[in-house]
Amino acid sequence: MTRQQVLDQYFVDARHKLIDLAAFLDRVDRSEGEADFRIAAFRTALKHLAEKKPHRAKRVLLSFSDPTTKPLAKATVKGATGAWPGKN
Amino acid sequence: MRYIEPHGHMVSRTTDDYQDMVTAGCAAVCEPAFWAGFDRSSADGFHDYFCQLTDYEPKRAAKFGLPHFSWLCINPKESEDVALATDVIGLIPKFLDRPNVLGIGEIGLNKNSRNEMKVLEMHVDLAARHDQLILVHTPHLEDKLKGTRLILDVLRSDKRIRPERCIIDHVEEHTIQLVLDAGFWAGMTLYPESKCSPARAVDMLDLYSHERIWMNSACDWGVSIPLAVPRTALEMKRRGWPADLVDKVIYRNPIQFLSQCPKFKLP
Repeated sequence: MTRQQVLDQYFVDARHKLIDLAAFLDRVDRSEGEADFRIAAFRTALKHLAEKKPHRAKRVLLSFSDPTTKPLAKATVKGATGAWPGKN
Repeated sequence: MRYIEPHGHMVSRTTDDYQDMVTAGCAAVCEPAFWAGFDRSSADGFHDYFCQLTDYEPKRAAKFGLPHFSWLCINPKESEDVALATDVIGLIPKFLDRPNVLGIGEIGLNKNSRNEMKVLEMHVDLAARHDQLILVHTPHLEDKLKGTRLILDVLRSDKRIRPERCIIDHVEEHTIQLVLDAGFWAGMTLYPESKCSPARAVDMLDLYSHERIWMNSACDWGVSIPLAVPRTALEMKRRGWPADLVDKVIYRNPIQFLSQCPKFKLP
């Protein structure tokens, strides 16, 4: 696809998603409560969007990922939170 | 358009979904065993579930002219209880000869725990002893990268396992290369809220490979879209993909993998 074709097909949708992200961050800032590892990870991941290098999606996913290699002693929950809290 | 839905949890779906899928061109659906949304209290619950997957559900699909195949296992979300898993795995061999069973799946990891690893190894051993295809679930979100690495380690350490007979599902941009480089098949799951969007899936096809890869909806009782595969085919067409390449990815690729089981035959 040409740059023109990519923009014609995806720009409005990406713009919509970007504004949703901005509104989400505003909503978080308006809310009261403790600091949370998820929003910290989110802000770190956002930095990758502004980088002028390929594979941004991969770097965003890596930034949310558990980088350790040792299995957990026990699974105490079933769900995932979306961001690694920094320790297991 | 014709396509295969290689991963759909149809026991959670309505007959309307079957009608929509067939109308959209679905030529076969494959249903891996999965977590019901709650933990079963005994192996008896799994026995009944395996009967549902191998007897009742194929009949329900047949009412719409859709061939239905299944995979059997205890899902990683219930693998923390090794004693239960051992009992359930003990049930599986007597179901392997049923005409719609393709292999062992979806096995894998959820929270990447030691017990989950142990049960994964038991499943891999079962598959190797019975010469079965393997379908692997990789963990969600922050656990996916680590889980994918651990799963690849388990599969590669068992010399009886041939990578071309295993598909590692739910790959994303940070895991797809690991899977393909190791010689395994990769599955991309199209979810509206997590995993892959159609646009990202087609990006990965463009960036990485059209070979050893399939797409699925993994539709279940959660937020999911049974028509995610044909909708992604539309995304390919919007980008100017030739019809033959679309057909390869959504129809011929899954057939290539699944036909390694002689029971996978289309009418």
